[in-house]
Amino acid sequence: MAEILKAFLVGGIICVIGQILIDKTKLMSGRILVLYVCLGCILGGLGIYKKIEEFGGAGATVPLTGFGFRLAEGVMKEVDSAGFLGIFTGGMKAAAAGVTAAVFFAFLAALFANPKEK
Amino acid sequence: MDTSKKAQQEYDKMVKKASPNSPILTNCLKAFVSGGIICIIGQLLLNFYTGRGISKDDAGLWVSITLVGISALLTALGLYEKLGKFCGAGTIVPITGFANSVVSPAMEFKKEGMVFGMAAKMFIVAGPVIVYGTLTSMLVGLVYYFVK
Repeated sequence: MAEILKAFLVGGIICVIGQILIDKTKLMSGRILVLYVCLGCILGGLGIYKKIEEFGGAGATVPLTGFGFRLAEGVMKEVDSAGFLGIFTGGMKAAAAGVTAAVFFAFLAALFANPKEK
Repeated sequence: MDTSKKAQQEYDKMVKKASPNSPILTNCLKAFVSGGIICIIGQLLLNFYTGRGISKDDAGLWVSITLVGISALLTALGLYEKLGKFCGAGTIVPITGFANSVVSPAMEFKKEGMVFGMAAKMFIVAGPVIVYGTLTSMLVGLVYYFVK
């Protein structure tokens, strides 16, 4: 139960930061996503996001900063096992599941559904 | 020149007056609750997958895949946009928002063809995310390679 509460808290706070950015800076949502991935990746590289993840669980991994964190973890693991080549393979490998799932489901949706009238 | 500047300032004042009173607090509350709930769903899924004996890393990937699928379904039904209007960043920042940014243009632009419509526009937001995410990961990897 505690981990559910922590996930809610951490995930909620990360979303609030995004909301403040949208309201205060008029940043487009696409830019927020780019910013979040880069931020998560850098914090992941510094080992800071790992601590947030250990506390918040899915609250830290579900927001897009968690996607960036996964890229950082992936590239460091790959550098450990493959050396310099890992710099070129780690990030994409870590992103593979999320990106492939998005492509697959988007393709399905485009085949079988039509956009609703606005 | 001067008058148009003044008119602009007047207009800004009018906009400020007409806009609802400090909506930022309500927006933040909505984002907090909705984003938090999506993360709870993620945590429940994570517990479900790890409970079935899947390693924590793989379970995390399965959570992402599941959430992307759910988001795609809601987007296809036109429900995610409705949620987004209410929830703001709460539905943009989680991976479900990323999925929505892929699925939504894919559906919308398929009328322009399956290659340069659906497939190309699919990456209108995801493309930049992947480009800068990949570049940042290379930077992290490079620093790690020399520092570790």
